[in-house]
Amino acid sequence: MCSPSSVRSQAAVAERNPVSVTAPGDREIVVQRDFNAPRQAVFAAYTQPALLRRWFGPYGFTLSECDIDLRVDGHWRYVVRGDDGSEMIMQGYFREIDPPRLLVTTQVFGDVYVADDASIATAQFDERDGRTTLTITVRYPTAEQRDRMAMSGMADGMGEGYERLDDLLASM
Amino acid sequence: MDENRLDATFGALADPTRRAIVARLAHGDASVGELCEPFAMTQPAISKHLKVLERAGLISRRRDAQRRPCRLQARPLAEATEWLAEYRRFWEGSFERLDDVLAELGEIAGSSG
Repeated sequence: MCSPSSVRSQAAVAERNPVSVTAPGDREIVVQRDFNAPRQAVFAAYTQPALLRRWFGPYGFTLSECDIDLRVDGHWRYVVRGDDGSEMIMQGYFREIDPPRLLVTTQVFGDVYVADDASIATAQFDERDGRTTLTITVRYPTAEQRDRMAMSGMADGMGEGYERLDDLLASM
Repeated sequence: MDENRLDATFGALADPTRRAIVARLAHGDASVGELCEPFAMTQPAISKHLKVLERAGLISRRRDAQRRPCRLQARPLAEATEWLAEYRRFWEGSFERLDDVLAELGEIAGSSG
């Protein structure tokens, strides 16, 4: 029987858990991923700027600004900056906060917050046997906006044909 | 990439028939008649899809004679594909780094126990 600390160090070198991206309904994207940690830790990493800066955003980008007012109706704002100087701003407000189980926020891209353009992001943290399943459901204001975002998930679902197309285009 | 073009590209590709048309044209030019074959669709229906793709700059059509072959224009599609790959990598990359942060937090908790 593994002790908790050896399970954790095994997790550090184990294969990465896969990310699932799906597009149910007409205006949602659901991202789901398991983590080898209790949900208290995942929730903390998700809501504390000092921790967020260490993981949020792809390689080659940094979370250069991360302001979080963690209370209902509090404001949050991220600035993700790339090596090439490109910048993406995300911001919104907290709607529901129920640590370590649930976080609901509104979300827009860009410097100006327009409530009608905001998506609603629900993050659920479900724990079982010391492991957490994080489920992020983003509901877009229109089906059109969701469809654009969902292309990445749908691309995988399309199977081989689309991947061959990728390869072909990469070679052009 | 031009935001409007990205929108037009994604709008054009948001339909499974149009994606399949694009995939077919990736293997070479085709006439409208040839493009109808895989689908249980009339030529006017296919032509509607082709108009959307043409407006988005994803295909070009030669205006000669009767066959009017369609050709895939790769650049807008490559740019959109690049954006999609970026979006997916965004999540994968972020969560891999989150794994590492959590592993460190776990070690700290374990060693202070």
